[in-house]
Amino acid sequence: MSVEFFRDIAKPVVSGFGITAKRLKHRKVTVMYPEVKREQYPRTRWRHVLKRYDNGLEKCIGCSLCAGACPARCIYVEAAENTDEERYSAGERYAVRYEINMIRCIFCGYCQDACPTGAIVLQKDFELADYKRESFIYTKERLLEPLPQVV
Amino acid sequence: MGRACGSDLASSKLDAMPQRIETLVMHDSSTPVLGDMEKGGSVVLTSVDRLVAAARSNSLWPLTFGLACCAIEMMSTVASRFDLARFGSEAFRATPRQADVMIIAGRLSKKMAPVLRQIYDQMPEPKWVISMGACASSGGVYNNYAIVQGADQVVPVDVYVPGCPPSPDALIFAVMKLQEKLRTRKVTSISQIGLSELLLPREKDEEVLA
Repeated sequence: MSVEFFRDIAKPVVSGFGITAKRLKHRKVTVMYPEVKREQYPRTRWRHVLKRYDNGLEKCIGCSLCAGACPARCIYVEAAENTDEERYSAGERYAVRYEINMIRCIFCGYCQDACPTGAIVLQKDFELADYKRESFIYTKERLLEPLPQVV
Repeated sequence: MGRACGSDLASSKLDAMPQRIETLVMHDSSTPVLGDMEKGGSVVLTSVDRLVAAARSNSLWPLTFGLACCAIEMMSTVASRFDLARFGSEAFRATPRQADVMIIAGRLSKKMAPVLRQIYDQMPEPKWVISMGACASSGGVYNNYAIVQGADQVVPVDVYVPGCPPSPDALIFAVMKLQEKLRTRKVTSISQIGLSELLLPREKDEEVLA
């Protein structure tokens, strides 16, 4: 038990583990993801949703402004005229086909900015990974909000 | 004489090298979905496979293939806040020989495609590929002459992750999807478990090494 032992071995070991002991008291930072989902930031942009009015009519009027604004060119809109028998949207026209290639989309939100009726909204559902490339073509049926429940 | 010998050596070396990818396939070459195969298989086979699949799916060692900004999110996935180590994937390998799953993070240029294919070929079986982000999966906004429109034109991709870039949670979700794929597949013969690759040397490997 010499002075060298304490100076060269014991003291560094104690001070080294001291850092470990200090970190043990530290707040735990890991988000236990599948069980606990972290709170997304208010302006987070993920999966698109096509909105409806409260009476069930679609907000999308098939104007293709979203497709024009899209930098990745991943939106395809095909419009048709509304008739009195078959009315889908509040405007003159509605989107017969509305497709987003979700794997090409970069979630920039320009479509949301361009939309005159606020029909397309990027929400916070980020769990989009899938096995096949075909399954990333999100059709209108997948994008559209479900009909509001009639009370 | 000596010169002729040298050129022979050079040409044999060229043959051993993986060929440059000249033509790009235009269809989706992702692996077929195994979930819809009919149920069946012997008790021994399925239990062995379940054991092997549990071992494999809980120790997926990723190969870093950071090509662009997605790699930053890939790094933060391994860091303490998201901690991919909880899924057995903490050991990111910089060598293909010790990796199971290749995470292609970023846009894949046509110049990089042969390199990617060579690294993929050097990975031992069984191997999987996660294509991370819009650019790796489909080209994204870079629909131009320089970028491969989807890494599945070069290597078979198992899981695609959309996003630009995908958040660390989204990448963890993709790793979970891959684990689910390994666990839920149905085997009908012993060769499908893929243990023979571990025991027998492959001709392909010898070719590459020679």
